[in-house]
Amino acid sequence: MSAKTVNHRAWWLVLPVVLLVGFNAVVPLMTVVNYSVQETFGNNRFFFEGVKWFDSVVHSARFHDALKRQMLFTAIILAIEIPLGVAVALAMPRKGVWASVCLVLMSMPLLIPWNVVGAMWNIFALPDIGLLGWTLNKLGFDYNYTRQPFAAWATLIAMDVWHWTSLVALLAYAGLSAIPDAYYQAAKIDGASSWAVFRHVQLPKMKHVLTIAVLLRFMDSFMIYTEPVVLTGGGPGNSTTLLSIDLVKIALGQFDLGPAAAMSLIYFLIILLLSWMFYRVITLDEEQ
Amino acid sequence: MARIRLEELRHSYLASPAHDADWALKKVDLQWNDGGAYALLGPSGCGKTTLLNIVSGLLRPTAGRIRFGEEDVTDRPADHRNIAQVFQFPVVYDTMSVYDNLAFPLRNRGTPEAQVDARVREIAALLDLGAMLPQRAAGLTADGKQKISLGRGLVRSDVNVIMFDEPLTVIDPHLKWRLRSKLKELHQRIGMTMIYVTHDQTEAMTFAERVVVMHEGAVVQVGTPVELFERPRHTFVGHFIGSPGMNILPCEVDNGVARFAGLPVPTANPAGGAARGSRTEIGVRPEFVRFAERGIPVRVVRVSDAGRHQVVETRHADTVIRVLLDEHDAVPSEHAHLSFDPAFTRLYVDGWLAGDAA
Repeated sequence: MSAKTVNHRAWWLVLPVVLLVGFNAVVPLMTVVNYSVQETFGNNRFFFEGVKWFDSVVHSARFHDALKRQMLFTAIILAIEIPLGVAVALAMPRKGVWASVCLVLMSMPLLIPWNVVGAMWNIFALPDIGLLGWTLNKLGFDYNYTRQPFAAWATLIAMDVWHWTSLVALLAYAGLSAIPDAYYQAAKIDGASSWAVFRHVQLPKMKHVLTIAVLLRFMDSFMIYTEPVVLTGGGPGNSTTLLSIDLVKIALGQFDLGPAAAMSLIYFLIILLLSWMFYRVITLDEEQ
Repeated sequence: MARIRLEELRHSYLASPAHDADWALKKVDLQWNDGGAYALLGPSGCGKTTLLNIVSGLLRPTAGRIRFGEEDVTDRPADHRNIAQVFQFPVVYDTMSVYDNLAFPLRNRGTPEAQVDARVREIAALLDLGAMLPQRAAGLTADGKQKISLGRGLVRSDVNVIMFDEPLTVIDPHLKWRLRSKLKELHQRIGMTMIYVTHDQTEAMTFAERVVVMHEGAVVQVGTPVELFERPRHTFVGHFIGSPGMNILPCEVDNGVARFAGLPVPTANPAGGAARGSRTEIGVRPEFVRFAERGIPVRVVRVSDAGRHQVVETRHADTVIRVLLDEHDAVPSEHAHLSFDPAFTRLYVDGWLAGDAA
């Protein structure tokens, strides 16, 4: 590198963003940090408690259960949405009117607000009047998501797959569209089967967008709150109480600010750590 | 390996072509002999890539037949034609090693692994890729990647023809020359039919034994580089090939003699056949124009230095006539006269060489 002109005045341009992020992310996070090491009995009087809350959260069976449910949920939806999204993208037409029609239809679920999605599925799946629930029961399945944990989970996963597979499909489609025709032509001349084309041409070229898809779906599903709350409220029992739902119960239901703050921070660190791990694993190959 | 014949080939990208302009290829008849080195030369959009894709089987022609030897392969898909194609932009399977890339076409056809190994090593040695076999293909330079694409074609022993679609487009200039000589050397060593598509006359002329010049979807001339240079059958060939291209001067024909600027211009081909009302032109290359005591009066407009030559641009009225001189030749100032070498001065009628049995 030769000598570059460095203009330090450019830093001023970053200042608005720094201020914005500072006031809406860093400062609130610091209040959470502040709560996490203190105890209060009301009247705005706080007592320093050290790492007591962290200790109790890490050793609480309730937290462990919520974390396990959360991990299971995220693992299932990733295992369904990523392959399904890729399959949908592969099946979509490449050009013409139908390509546009597909793209518009695919983006529709993404435009619906989370609470509306929850409410839609809540009604859709009701065993007595919902189209899905009623049909399933008429077909002879004993289905009631408000009473059976398995039914609640199945509905929750179906809802998430319905809502978010489009995102994966659209990203994968963008990746596929970027592959020049010559690759397909060369593969054809080389006598490659469609599986070989997928494995050696399409998948490698979709890698970057799929990395983004996996990260986005991981983070979003790990933080999911609105849809399950509207659909099941965490029930039946605690069977669909995911981490964020549990957190809100502790913070706002029981008003245990200290433990809730400690849990928030642990939750935050888990997401950060797992995202970093995902990213490293997926991009590892490239650094070789 | 076999001789390739294209019979009355026509192609349109439209469902129902109505006008002449709807055809990307207008009736092409061609024959490529086994083991020849051919070039398809023409400007962008002249139909050369279309023709190539039809031969490789990536496109099905609207009309006409393609024969490899006696066999009609028109309806056969690309993977059943035993052809190889190198594309404009290098196609390599990024996630595979160089070795696996070269082995890919063989493995797809279920070749035993021992045979694959022998063949891959042989081809890698031929292309100087031997040392890179374990490397990942994605890490290679553009010319290395182009060699892999070529290698994937060569690795199959039953290949009829190797086709190159402007393969040097993305190669750095100093490597172009090297890769081109490699191709030529390969052709001499393995004697496989090669068809090389390009819009660059230097590439075509240095690579091929015979050059097919295309213009607006039709073949205008097939010939050796010398023939194309000395005896263009069409003004397009004259203009497109050569640097600078042929001088094309509008002329009249009077009693079987071409006249330009009121002066008779002797031509190598007889001018008698020109029908009235048709467009008549004289074609003469700048190499065969000389300054003289007498002849066509011109004004010297500009002299540009082209290394060992100088290109002198002169004008008679509105017509530009270029003259090619050696670097030390004296250039007359302003007013001068030109004479043309009659052996290389030809008359063209409606663009085509007059008196030429087409």
